[in-house]
Amino acid sequence: MKKIFMGALVACVPLMTPIYAAEDGGTINVVVQPEPPSLMIGMYSNATTQQVGGNIFEGLMRYDQDLNPHPMLASSWDSSEDGKTWTFHLKEGVTWHDGQPFTSADVVFSIDKLLRETNARLRTSLAHVESIEATDDYTVVFKLKEPFGPFIRLFEVGTTPMLPKHIYEGTDYKTNPANHHPIGTGPFKFSEWKKGSYIHLEKNENYHVQGLPHLDDVYWYVIPDAASRAVAFETGKIDVLPGGSVENFDVPRLTELDNTCVTTDGWEFFSPHAWLWLNNRQGPTSDVRFRQAVMYAMDREFAKDVLWNGYGKVANGPVGSKTKFFDENLPEYEYNPDKARALLDEMGYDGEPVRILPMPYGETWQRWTEVIKQNLEEVGINAKIESTDVAGWNQKVSDWDYDISFTYLYQYGDPALGVARNYISSNIAKGSPWNNAEGYINAEIDQWFDEAATAFPDEKRQELYSKIQNKLVEDVPVAWLMELEFPTIYNCKVQNLIDSGIGINDAFGTAWIKQ
Amino acid sequence: MNVIRALTQNKVAMFGFAVLLLLSLIAIFGPMLYDGSPWKMVQRPFIPPFANDRFLLGTDTLGRDVLAGLIYGARISLLVGLVSTVIALLIGIPLGAYAGYFGGWVDEILMRFTEVFQTVPSFALAIVLVAIFEPSVYSITGAIAIVSWPPVARLVRGEFLALRNQEYVLAAKLNGQSHRNIILKEILPNSLSPIIVLASLMVATAILLESSLSFLGLGDPEIMSWGYMIGAAKTVIRQAWWLSFIPGVAIAVTVLALNLLGEGLNEALNPKLSGKREH
Repeated sequence: MKKIFMGALVACVPLMTPIYAAEDGGTINVVVQPEPPSLMIGMYSNATTQQVGGNIFEGLMRYDQDLNPHPMLASSWDSSEDGKTWTFHLKEGVTWHDGQPFTSADVVFSIDKLLRETNARLRTSLAHVESIEATDDYTVVFKLKEPFGPFIRLFEVGTTPMLPKHIYEGTDYKTNPANHHPIGTGPFKFSEWKKGSYIHLEKNENYHVQGLPHLDDVYWYVIPDAASRAVAFETGKIDVLPGGSVENFDVPRLTELDNTCVTTDGWEFFSPHAWLWLNNRQGPTSDVRFRQAVMYAMDREFAKDVLWNGYGKVANGPVGSKTKFFDENLPEYEYNPDKARALLDEMGYDGEPVRILPMPYGETWQRWTEVIKQNLEEVGINAKIESTDVAGWNQKVSDWDYDISFTYLYQYGDPALGVARNYISSNIAKGSPWNNAEGYINAEIDQWFDEAATAFPDEKRQELYSKIQNKLVEDVPVAWLMELEFPTIYNCKVQNLIDSGIGINDAFGTAWIKQ
Repeated sequence: MNVIRALTQNKVAMFGFAVLLLLSLIAIFGPMLYDGSPWKMVQRPFIPPFANDRFLLGTDTLGRDVLAGLIYGARISLLVGLVSTVIALLIGIPLGAYAGYFGGWVDEILMRFTEVFQTVPSFALAIVLVAIFEPSVYSITGAIAIVSWPPVARLVRGEFLALRNQEYVLAAKLNGQSHRNIILKEILPNSLSPIIVLASLMVATAILLESSLSFLGLGDPEIMSWGYMIGAAKTVIRQAWWLSFIPGVAIAVTVLALNLLGEGLNEALNPKLSGKREH
């Protein structure tokens, strides 16, 4: 017996139905910062590759801001009761930008062949998949080795874009000429890329959703200087500043301009989570009391208000509040310098210096480092700021040559996809600043994460993830700072700019311009 | 004594001297009046100058006291300026002296070596040096010294070339004095005045260089300096112009004072120029 998860017609209403009041025509000008190395979304995971490529390519599903899946190239899907067999029914009548039909062969090729080879993050998840088969032109069946909870959140365009088999099969994927002229199924077609200047996408007249897209053209402008990007927006040359494309200090000024709208929507799927790496291997940071003292010493509300203009949320644990299985009843580390001093006394901290390695991502992060240093000094921690550039930061964190360092990482909607990687001991390896770089080892946590990924159904996963969160909050393997929010600033004439949990990384398929 | 009298009569130079004296006093004693660190976040951010009695010059992007930053910044600016100039003199004077005194192949080698440093743009070289050795007050001072000694060597060499065939030098040679003695006791004292003038201008250049490095984020992250203050405020220049303006004025005044004093010294020490003044 099969259980229908999502009915095609009912579910797609909020997401993909054309809005009839919308006006057709017009151009949207967006900043792309930095210029992407390529638009081939399946091979480059750069943020801006995803932003531009998300208009050209599509995934099988989309996710709303509560991370619920909605039909995209798959019009419906169902799973067997044991959660091990998933059947996807594809939308019929979809064509690639070159006119070829989109079929189940493309799906199997994209996931099983191309992306398995080029996308490391997806490859890890595919380890839970036993087989992917096309049973007819519009049906694909996934057989899993065991139930894998995050499976349903793997099909967003950035993780699993559908790529054309007839172009890539049998070629060297990395050097295929189509990488320079990408062919997808999305609402916009690639038109021109003037390096260092702009990327032009044009309307796909044969788009598979009737009446969409509304816009005729999308221009992505490359403007390397943050102040110039702000000016371009002020003068009206630019309609949309994606989150993070101007310095935080400029945000309040820009949002006060006439006819300017701002939203923090569209980051729910990624839920960027910022924390301090605390080196668990050596020095004072290897003592759990010291790490807890760091949590109590930091005035994170101050940082949020002053550095992030009040956007975001103080993070209290490893899982973001918008990510699935977040436990809202965790104990809290409030700003409490006295408690921090008491903990330091108890451990007998002797003033051994600790180094803070700032993240060289711009002014906000530099200032944030200065604030943290000041917070730590107030409670008697002898903190020294080191200077570094991007390469040096990468190397020092990868080589574990640090005491305290900054980072922020995406969560991808599910703890198994975006949280476990930073805490399980099997993910301790030199050479990457994105894994368990703090060197936290706890056999219990390892086992719980392992069980939680394949537990079924969701109630069981919640139980395990709650245990994990409580234990981690007690152990403080890293010092969580904030769930970041990057406000998207745009001209109010742009309507329906963000309509999914991946925001600007999704297509401007339903966006339109009020004349 | 003539020199000091000439200098004290030069009002402009004395103004420069007074400003520098004041700055030195602030640099030495200021931090004693200001307990705590200039990095401390003491009030809400972005208080404009003269709006709060306790924080006369207001607060910066993080709520740090701008006046405290200015006082601590004076210390680092003057320290880096003086120390790097002394180091540059210690490199430049011996090199120039040997080259000018001995001439010939010694001169050739030393001057070609100097030219290597002169042909590389000094600011670019300073950036590279600081970046390689990681920004700290030592690497910054060292880097500034390394890029500023070539003019000293050139100047000293020129002086020595001009003086080495003077009669008193030849007399010392005939006397059987050692080269070292002749260089240190005969020629050097007679070529000191242009070196002193150059040194005062070098301090000004060094302060500018230090500020520029800090502005670019290559300052010592532990030390509050004027360049850092401007660099940190540049992103908010449209909301809070005074955060860049105040330390900017501090740099401008200091450099101007050094230049005025240097100019005054030049006139006082140069007999031809000071002669003109007495007309």
